[in-house]
Amino acid sequence: MSPHGETLTAPEAPTAATPAADVARAASRTGGPAGRRRGRWAPYLFVGPAGLLFLAFSLVPIVIAVALSFQDTATLGDGQWVGADNYRTMLSDPLLRTALLNTLVFTVGTVPTAMAIGLALAVALNRPLPGRGLLRALFFVPMVAAGVVVGVIMSWIFNPDYGVANNALRSVGLEGLPWLTSPRTAMVTLVLVVVWTRIGFCMVIYLGALQSIPSELREAAAIDGASRWQRFRRLTVPMLAPTTSILLILNVVFSLQAFDVIYVMTGGGPGFSTTVLIQYVFRSAFADARMGYAAALGLLLVLILLVFTLLRQRATKKAEELL
Amino acid sequence: MTTTVLPARPVPVRAGRSPRERRSHRRRWLLTAGLTAVAILVVFPLYWMVVSALTPGGQSQSSEFYLWPDAPTTGNFTEVFATQPVWHWLGNSFLVATVGTALSVCVSLGAGYALAKYRFRGRGLLYALFLVTIMIPIQVTLVPAFLVVARLGLVDSPWAVILPTLFDVVGIFIARQFMLGVPDALIEAARLDGAGELRTFFRVVLPSCGPLVGVLVILGFMNRWNDFLWPLVVLQGNESLTVPVGLSTLTSNPAFSSPWGAVMAVATVAVVPLLVVFLVFQRTFVQGIASTGIK
Repeated sequence: MSPHGETLTAPEAPTAATPAADVARAASRTGGPAGRRRGRWAPYLFVGPAGLLFLAFSLVPIVIAVALSFQDTATLGDGQWVGADNYRTMLSDPLLRTALLNTLVFTVGTVPTAMAIGLALAVALNRPLPGRGLLRALFFVPMVAAGVVVGVIMSWIFNPDYGVANNALRSVGLEGLPWLTSPRTAMVTLVLVVVWTRIGFCMVIYLGALQSIPSELREAAAIDGASRWQRFRRLTVPMLAPTTSILLILNVVFSLQAFDVIYVMTGGGPGFSTTVLIQYVFRSAFADARMGYAAALGLLLVLILLVFTLLRQRATKKAEELL
Repeated sequence: MTTTVLPARPVPVRAGRSPRERRSHRRRWLLTAGLTAVAILVVFPLYWMVVSALTPGGQSQSSEFYLWPDAPTTGNFTEVFATQPVWHWLGNSFLVATVGTALSVCVSLGAGYALAKYRFRGRGLLYALFLVTIMIPIQVTLVPAFLVVARLGLVDSPWAVILPTLFDVVGIFIARQFMLGVPDALIEAARLDGAGELRTFFRVVLPSCGPLVGVLVILGFMNRWNDFLWPLVVLQGNESLTVPVGLSTLTSNPAFSSPWGAVMAVATVAVVPLLVVFLVFQRTFVQGIASTGIK
């Protein structure tokens, strides 16, 4: 089994340093008039399709979304301009406060857990163990399943009456848990499920990073008498800092955008106990038919995502300075 | 990778195993056992999906604990395929995933090439605009994008699913990163030989992009096969749904004697194609998913 997580690399330059290549480079830099004219349209031809699709299906919708956020629109199309009303409503919306709190709980519950388990698995599977390749593949398998598929499987497993989770608990004499049907446990169950879908990804990224740490470093530390834990804590963890920072932001973004699993498993309920921000955006647009408010909420979410991305850039820079 | 635990190189001094070696030997097996237990737990939900699909209604609608049905049956599959347009769903998903992936990979390769290998007016701005869209969740643009698709008269057609997802910013990003590594000398040598811009791209650049295309195809296919929210919004008739959307309608469908058996049968049908792709192209698959993380 090949090492996981290696990055894609382009083929090496076969003739990079030969005189012929220098000649070629010089020739293209001066460029015959015909060549130059020919070359000018080329980039636009290559990037054109992407540009047009971007315009039609990304940029135009984004502009419409911003416009909608200043309107009061119940049905599609005929909105009334209401200035910043939607944004003012947000300040005093108790449901938004619940949704933000749920988003925080969900993110804090999923991100560090998935990363810690992923790291532990990566460190364990970075050693020569029997059946290592198979184990890696097995941990990765949940990544393949669609969010909806994960949602229906888990709804069935955690079904309070006939689900295998409660059947197993009862068969050893314990009482079944309400899992998804109680506002107190639904969020915990969702966190468990989402962590399950995420550990394979974290493991793969960490494995890739671990394989790029030169083994001489670890051997030198071992010779100097560092214990296994010390080596992990003082060598591996700091070396992985850039990876950790990237994984952190990716996982936060995944968690902020997690929709399918929650939609299928709880639809935001019971009550509003699992209504995270993105659920609330969807609900406002489609269940409550408040398109304008939904657009404003969506832009709030974009703002939160932006802040996280900027924080990550700073964190990455700091991590690089430390190393 | 070997499964032997003894060191492969000869140990010159000690003939037998030292206590230290024996301890690390035991530890390694303990670790493997622990990891195997976790792996079983991780794979269990998918195993349970298949088992439930094969379990007749009487046993699955009970509070009995079992790990394998007493009388496995394909009845759930026959029932759900007979009463629901599952073949249509599969056909739609397949169409959307293959056509969408093929076109999208072309778009990404072209854009990646232009952004990596040409200097042209507006390149920086264009690339920055592209990257910003990574941050914008689909829920934000869902309603406006629906308006655009409705204006184009595409609602309920497979093209409503295919067209808006052809612009794949992650794909473009991966393509650009890869193309940056294609040596300029290669391109310039082709031009010197008199090859036109298109010929250079198709005959010289593209052939060196095999691994890139593999990753883009697998990622694109997986994302399209698994996509849910966008198809949910633009597809309406029961026969035009894709598998994930069809699957989500089943949990609340009262038509089945054993609803969960039927749901798990369709879930199995939804996962198996990807699982096969994963097992065959495991390396590319893992590489692809990892490369989306290394932004």
